[in-house]
Parts: sequence; structure tokens; C-alpha cells
Amino acid sequence: MSGAVSAAIEVRAVEKRFGNVGIIRDLNLSVAKGERHAIIGPNGAGKSTTFNLISGHIAPTSGEVRLNGDLISGLRPFEINRRGLSRSFQVTNVFARMTVWENVRCAVLWATGHRYAFWKNVDSLPEVRERTAQILDDIHLTHRRDVPAGLLTYAEQRELEIGITIASGATVVMLDEPTAGMSHAETDRAVALIRRLTEGKTLVIVEHDMSVVFGLADRISVLVYGHIITSGTPEEIRRDPKVKEAYLGEEAH
Amino acid sequence: MTTAATSTSKMAAEPAGGLRFYGVWLLGILVLIVLPMIFSSGGSLTSFSLIGIAIVFALSYNILLGQTGLLSFGHAVHYGLGGFAACHMMNAVVSHGWPIPLPFIPLFGGLGGLAFAVIIGWVMTKRAGTVFAMISLGIGELVASSSLILRSVFGGESGITTDRTALPKMLGWSFGPQLQVYYLIAFWLVLSAIAMYALTRTPLGRICNAVRDNPERVQFIGYDPHVVRYIAFCFAGFFAGIAGGLAAINFEIANSAYLGAIQSGLVLFSTFIGGTAFFFGPILGAILVTYLQLGLTNLTTAWQLYFGIIFIGIVMYSPGGIAGLLMMHRPLIRAGTLWTVIPSYLVAVVPTVALACGVILAIETVARFSGGDPINLFGIAFIATSPVTWLTAAILVVGGFFVARLAWRRIAEAWDKAATVARDRGYLA
Repeated sequence: MSGAVSAAIEVRAVEKRFGNVGIIRDLNLSVAKGERHAIIGPNGAGKSTTFNLISGHIAPTSGEVRLNGDLISGLRPFEINRRGLSRSFQVTNVFARMTVWENVRCAVLWATGHRYAFWKNVDSLPEVRERTAQILDDIHLTHRRDVPAGLLTYAEQRELEIGITIASGATVVMLDEPTAGMSHAETDRAVALIRRLTEGKTLVIVEHDMSVVFGLADRISVLVYGHIITSGTPEEIRRDPKVKEAYLGEEAH
Repeated sequence: MTTAATSTSKMAAEPAGGLRFYGVWLLGILVLIVLPMIFSSGGSLTSFSLIGIAIVFALSYNILLGQTGLLSFGHAVHYGLGGFAACHMMNAVVSHGWPIPLPFIPLFGGLGGLAFAVIIGWVMTKRAGTVFAMISLGIGELVASSSLILRSVFGGESGITTDRTALPKMLGWSFGPQLQVYYLIAFWLVLSAIAMYALTRTPLGRICNAVRDNPERVQFIGYDPHVVRYIAFCFAGFFAGIAGGLAAINFEIANSAYLGAIQSGLVLFSTFIGGTAFFFGPILGAILVTYLQLGLTNLTTAWQLYFGIIFIGIVMYSPGGIAGLLMMHRPLIRAGTLWTVIPSYLVAVVPTVALACGVILAIETVARFSGGDPINLFGIAFIATSPVTWLTAAILVVGGFFVARLAWRRIAEAWDKAATVARDRGYLA
């Protein structure tokens, strides 16, 4: 099964039911290593649920999810995260009372091996400090390092959200609507940021802004009513009549 | 209120800030050494000893409430078990002739509190929020009632007594005099406070804050919030046990009152009134609450009512506690705009004090109506059954309230202006 191992994320026949309601039906998705993969679909198609299923936020009713060939469905979110998958949230989900610096530093601690250590001074860990400073620099928030995250502007919080997500150095990064609610200028900045920070990594992104999707993604999957109706390159997706009917059609007119 | 983390990380970075940081600790130690030389009466030594114990206890509680966001209604369980462990240990040392002097006993109290936390904590900390609060309440009641039933361990109603002077001497100290006990408590207070502060500066301590702010997100940066809560709970249990051990040494007894709901409530009071967002908050709270508890019980039978009023006032108007109130002023001091607020404070003092006096007079009138000593307010005696007293109380309350409200509004306006300037100058986010 060399094909399965080369995929960063492999979702096979996953179903998710809440009671009798099937939110996700027979979901199949394959994301190759190093690929930028966008998931699009109309509202309520189950994009965020798909994210939650892959990242361990909720467990699938049946089917399996593999990360770099290892079965991860049924694992807890932190166990999946430790295996190198990191995700952001659609609704900003930071540590509001802690400073920007502390937010990013917390996200660095596990990956640098400090875990639950209560015998080390957190301020005198050079690799943690350097990596935190580097991430802050990357997300352009160095000048806001001492501000509590809850007091940042919305766009800054979204950038911090991305910073926390990539801080652990995960090889698979999943971003849930990173540009939602941003202005054009902010969106352009965020896309450039995402492009730069996920260089050489596998990226899965849910996005409503089609210019972002078609500008960023190597491959696109279209999710409708909890089922992926097609996957392909942006060009293939653009031409696919099923997609036009199910999704783009509504927005194009 | 969120500047605590900021300032500490800056302190570590700037040598000047570091100097000031160590200066504060050294000053604290100095105060502890000098205090009994200035106030040497037996009464003040007893008070200082109790305050020292209360500070260790409140700081341990804040590991849960302020650092990790866990609201416990049963923290006294660890305090009490620490007390019993210390008493049993002291008696064992005496009867077996072990060479363990008294200053090491609080450590065994800590181990007692820790042992129970290790056993019960994993189940308790599975969930935070209401679930944790309810379980802590249940465990608290369970242990408190068990202590009356399991007589061989807890000694029933009368508790377990001990004699601290029977232990081996250390450096010639018998620990009979209260002064020596005070220094023993002060020593453990400093040791525990430094340890608990250092804990907040570790990777675990930082992640505790993250769990407090957003347990869901913590899972997506590699941490199991359950494990974080559990370790924090164990540390809190350990230091509460040390406080209980100190209390056992101080009173030479441990009984069921140590682990009861009243004790758990008091530590919640102290910590919250002092302020949970800053490390020094619980210290202020423990000093104030213990001092009031000792002072008010002599003055009035309604002392618990005053506690309640203070607590409600803090919860409603200053959820950051006393520490939060004080630290609100820091950006203004830095921006140099504090002086614009001070005059409005001074204006507000008179009507606020009048209002407070009116409330006190009214409460005492009700409390002493059916008999009791006359009310002594600033040397003026009021008779509870006299209409003059009622009228004075009514005038003070109503008049004080209306004038005070105007004055408070002025404070708010002055404050807004000063904060705007501070914001413009970049001292306030």
C-alpha cells in the first residue's frame, strides 16, 4: 500500500451521524504530502465537520482516517496533534487573557519537548524563546507581543490563530476559513502569509473566498451534503459540470 | 488585569526589572523578620502566625482558581488532611524517638495533602467548570463527615492533639514560645511562596493559564487538559497540606473543623477578595480576611454579614479583587495621568465613609436591638433602641448614597479621561 503511505491525509468511507441525522456520508479524501488542498462547498455541506473529524475534535461513526499512513481516527485531538497535524479554527480560538507572546510560546512548548515540565524556568529556554520570536516575526505581531490576545483587532487575532497553528512545526496544517471576515487588503496579506508559512508542508484549507481558493490550492475537493462529489486541479474543478450545478452555479449568477 | 504575565516576562528580560523583582521578595522577607520586633505582643504574634498560614493556604488555592481556572468548594480537605498528617507524624516522632525536628513537620503535612490529591484528583479533574465545582463540594462534605466517623484516624469530635515541644530541638529552639512558631511559619511561608511563584514560571504553569483561558484549544497544541488540571490539583493539594501542617503546629491540634465547608469557603473568600489574576492577590486577601476575622469577631456578632457584603461588593464591582483594583492604576502611573484622578478620589472619600457608617449603624441596630452593648462608632455611643440612632443611620445611608453616587460618577469621568490619555501614550492596550 505504498499509495496510502505517500498520502499525508487519507480519509476512507467516513460517516458521521448525530442521532439519526447523517452529517457526513461516505467521505473519501486523499491529500498528498506537500499538497495545498482546498475543501469548498455550500454552507452546511459539512466542511467544518470534516475538519473536526480529521483533527479528532469529534470521532467518526464509521470509516477511518490516516495521517501519513497511521490510523488516527478515534484518537484524541492532542494525540493527533503530537503526530504532526495542527489545525486552526473558524471562530477565533486563542488564549484571550494571555499575551500574544505567551499564546505562541504555549504552542511551541510541547513540540520543543518541555511538555508538563514543572522544574524548568520557561523564560530561560533559548530554543523556545527563539522559535516564539521567529513565529511572531513571521506573523508580523512582534510589535504587539505584550498585548493580551483578547485585545487584538480581529485581523490580528486571525493572524495569531495562524501563528499558534504553525508554531508546533506540524507537517500537516489545516486552516478553517482563515480569511473569513477580512477586508480585501487583509485577505491578500493573510494569503501571502499562509503561502509563505506552509512552504514545504501539507495544507488543507476550508475557504469561501474563491479567489483565495483558486489562487492558493493545488487541488480542490467539493463537498456537498457531507459527500465529496469530486476532487481535482483548480482547472478541472472549474470545468466540472457537477460542481457548477452544485456549487459554483449558485454563486456565479 | 491582564498585565501580570506581561510584566513578569519583561522582568526576566530587563536587568533593572529583575533587580526590582528580587527587591520585592527581599523586602517581603525583611518585613517578616522585623514584624515581631515592632509588634511583639502575644496577640499580634498569634495574628501574624494565623495570617502566615492563611497566605500559604490562599496561594495554594489560587493555583486552582487563578492559574488553572478550577473553582473548588472543598480545598480545605487537603488543608485538613495535611493538619492530621502533621499531628500524627509529630506524635509518631515523639513515640518512636525519631530524630526529626519540628521544622520538617510541615513537609509531612504537604505530603498528606498531596497523597489525597493524587488519589482523588484524576477523577475530579476530568472535567472543569461546574462538574469540578460540584465534585469538590461533594468530596469536601464526604471527607468532613468521614472525619467524625473514623475515630481512630481523626479522633472524632475532639480531634487529634499533639505537643510540638516534645519533638527533638533544632538549633536550641524548643518552639514552645509563639515567637519561635511565628518564625517557623514565616520560613515555610517564604519557601512555599517562592516555590508557588516559580511554578507559575514553568512550562506547566504557563499551560495551566492556557487551560484556564481555553481548554479546547490546548488540545490542539499537544496538551491533554486533564493531565494539566491533575498536576495543578496535586500541587495545590501539596501546598494546602503544608498550610494545614503549619496550623497543626500552631494550635497543637487537628480536628474536623480544619476540613469543613467553612474553611473551604474562607479560602475562596480570601483568594477572590485579594484578586486571582495576580500572584500577590491572594496574599492581600489572606491578610485582610484573617485580620478582619480576628478583629471583627471581637467587635460585633454580625461579622459574617460584613464579610458577605465585602465579598458581594468585590464580585460585583471589582471582579479583579484588591490586586486588580491596584494594578488598574499602573498604566496611569506610567503614563503620568494618575494625578488627574486622585482629586476625584479624595472628593469621594467623605460621602463613601458616611454611607459605610450608615450601613454599619443600621446593621448593628438590628443586631443589638434585642439587647447588647451600645454601638461604638468613632467613640460615639449609639443606643440600638433609640430613634436618634435610627434617624442618624437613615440620614447617613440615604444622604451618603446620593452624594457618593455623584462622586463616583466623577471618578468614572476622570478615569475615562486619564485612560484615554494613557492609551494615546501607548501605556494601555
